[in-house]
Amino acid sequence: MEILWFSIVAFMIIMYVVLDGFDLGAGIIHLIAARTNAERRMVLNAIGPVWDGNEVWLLAAGGTLYFAFPRLYASSFSGFYLPLMIVLWLLILRALGIELRHQVHHPLWTSFWDRAFSLGSLLLAVFFGAALGNVVRGVPLGPDGYFFAPLWTTFEVQPEAGILDWFTVTMGLVSLCTLTMHGSTFIAAKTEGPVNDRARTIATWSWWGTLSTSVAAMAALGAVRTGLWDNYTHAGWGYVFPLMAALGLVGVRAFMRRRHDRIAFLCSAIFIAGMLASTAFGMYPVVLPSSGDPSLSLTVHTTITQEYGLAVGIIWWAIALLLAVGYFAFLFRTFRGKVRVPAEGEGY
Amino acid sequence: MDDAVTIHRLHFAFTAAYHYIFPQLTMGLALLIVILKGLALRRGDNLLHRAARFWAKIFALSFAMGVVTGIPMEFQFGTNWARFSTFAGGVIGQTLAMEGMFAFFLESSFLGLFIFGESKLSPKAHFATGVMVFLGAWLSAYLIVATNAWMQHPVGYAMNADGSVRLTDYWALLLNGWILWQYLHTMAGAVVTGAITLGAVGAYYLLAGRDTDDGRLFVRTGVIAGLVSSILVAFPTGDGNGKLVATHQPVALAAMEGLFETREGAPLVIIGQPDMEKLRLDNPIHIPRMLSFLTYFRWEAEVRGLDAFPREDWPDNIPLLYYSYHMMVGLGTIFIAITALGTLFLRRGRLFTSRTLLWVLMLAFPFPFIANTAGWMTAELARQPWLVYGLLRTTDGTSLTVSAGNGLFTLLGFLGLYFVIGVLYLFLLLRLIQKGPGHSSQRPA
Repeated sequence: MEILWFSIVAFMIIMYVVLDGFDLGAGIIHLIAARTNAERRMVLNAIGPVWDGNEVWLLAAGGTLYFAFPRLYASSFSGFYLPLMIVLWLLILRALGIELRHQVHHPLWTSFWDRAFSLGSLLLAVFFGAALGNVVRGVPLGPDGYFFAPLWTTFEVQPEAGILDWFTVTMGLVSLCTLTMHGSTFIAAKTEGPVNDRARTIATWSWWGTLSTSVAAMAALGAVRTGLWDNYTHAGWGYVFPLMAALGLVGVRAFMRRRHDRIAFLCSAIFIAGMLASTAFGMYPVVLPSSGDPSLSLTVHTTITQEYGLAVGIIWWAIALLLAVGYFAFLFRTFRGKVRVPAEGEGY
Repeated sequence: MDDAVTIHRLHFAFTAAYHYIFPQLTMGLALLIVILKGLALRRGDNLLHRAARFWAKIFALSFAMGVVTGIPMEFQFGTNWARFSTFAGGVIGQTLAMEGMFAFFLESSFLGLFIFGESKLSPKAHFATGVMVFLGAWLSAYLIVATNAWMQHPVGYAMNADGSVRLTDYWALLLNGWILWQYLHTMAGAVVTGAITLGAVGAYYLLAGRDTDDGRLFVRTGVIAGLVSSILVAFPTGDGNGKLVATHQPVALAAMEGLFETREGAPLVIIGQPDMEKLRLDNPIHIPRMLSFLTYFRWEAEVRGLDAFPREDWPDNIPLLYYSYHMMVGLGTIFIAITALGTLFLRRGRLFTSRTLLWVLMLAFPFPFIANTAGWMTAELARQPWLVYGLLRTTDGTSLTVSAGNGLFTLLGFLGLYFVIGVLYLFLLLRLIQKGPGHSSQRPA
């Protein structure tokens, strides 16, 4: 049951990052890839009908985490209090940018919300990366399983570290580059003309950024936390995840060059899924490491809810997932193909 | 204000009350839009199509506001109420996770299709997406009410060795006896908000002498739906809720009614101010014996007052609870009166020319929001001092690691952000109303 629910939660987080990742990425490149009002509306209409559904994966992943590992939810959400509140404000700002921009046709109004949308997306990408960095690095857990992390202390990796230190900031940059690449391949796949050209250029640049920051982060990982490779030596099949990530990253470049934008986007999704799955595989059974005494780390065994609840949960969760996959298939199918800018006053 | 528990309570109370402005409108409108759209398809009536499209725009704007203010609610269970989550996560994790998995996916996927898919879907398929959005919204409400009902009246659980609870009966949680009346009461209240908003916008158009065909349709729909829903709010759903409180939370009933002393033939207080020092009601206006009758169907029945309960089990803010309850009941009665009058005038064919009544309908629009908020405040304040009734006190549920200073920082942040959101929402809402339904007449190409 522990392995199953750990995998389910990991799966939902991966789905969130892959899906909302491309509309966050679209936000990051919004101001650069799209210059005119029509071009910006093209970007917004590409993500418009789906971004809200994508973001629901965050809520559903959070809900599932709360359900399966209530103690982990309580400890991590109260400990990461300040960054989570900032994430909430950024999510609100960004959502307003998408949903309010098209309500008024005035250059001052639209340019303000374009910037809000873009800045919100960019900062969220950095924060999500830093959040992953914190979960990998560990936090100062007390004997009661709780902690409280300030936003920053000395920017050095140490037991009493803040949310932002050099390692987590590096992870923030990995995330920023990766989601920029992810979003630009998506926008390239959904558009034609100048927006498509610019998105492809950005995809190429961010591909190099992703490659170099990922390598730097992996090199730094050894200095921050040891033992992440232990699971791989015990269960060799786990290497399939890093392999997936590597092939995905190579695929992005290869298919971009051949102008297969959609396949490049899928490769980018595989890269993200592979990276996150590799991390989850390496962490198990720890779900929140202690930066001090390792015996205080929270594991799946100490945080999981009771047997009966999990047994019921697996039934409804499976039904709900099948339904959700059905809705998404229908939704993406209805809005498939290159995006067309609707008349002013309709769409985004 | 330097006490962390107070800050966490204000934090949740403010963000929840503010959030609920939007869902009550969208849940009510969802039903009304489905009805308008269904009638439009059946009759092939362009006016009804236009009405459905116009209200879908207002729905979409309000829904977006509901989404952005709703995300902080789920987060706060962990951020501000960590000990509560550790205690109760094994039970209410079920309903909260189900809301995300079943309701949110349904709503969000089909909302995109409903708002932007009219040109890509057949009319029937487009109508079906509207029905799905409605189902998602109402399912979401069911699971939230189920969560709240468990906190009001815990069932289907057992205690663990470490003092937290675990689920032992899934169906008891989902079919908790508390849910039925609370859910129907909440949803009927949401329809009142939707209906009165429809009526108010219609009344505005008629008074301003513009979009009069649409205005008549909105007013007619608003008063009829408003009458049906406001009657349902009072009876049987409000009455059913009251009986549950009387049975399971008698101390809360005494506080809501402002009954300090146990007595036979207890009066029903209409107006009066609780004096918590002298423990009595100042300036009371009451109906003799009515409370006994309404609670037990006997004029002479004994109703237990606050004096029958130990003081540490009294709700900790009795005046606010008392006022919330009386505002809810008072406004609910007024809604029945004005929508009944509207329906009467409609039958006599005088509704659209009676400017006085149209003014009343137009100015009524903020009040269902106030009544619904007061209703939730009644439910939540009546549960105090418990977070989970009889099991966990509110003071034992907060996050110990989050200090009052950090809590106040984010509370102030939310106050500022939500003020801006409120201004933007009103600006855009009034703009949509000002543009009018004429802009929605064409089926998007």
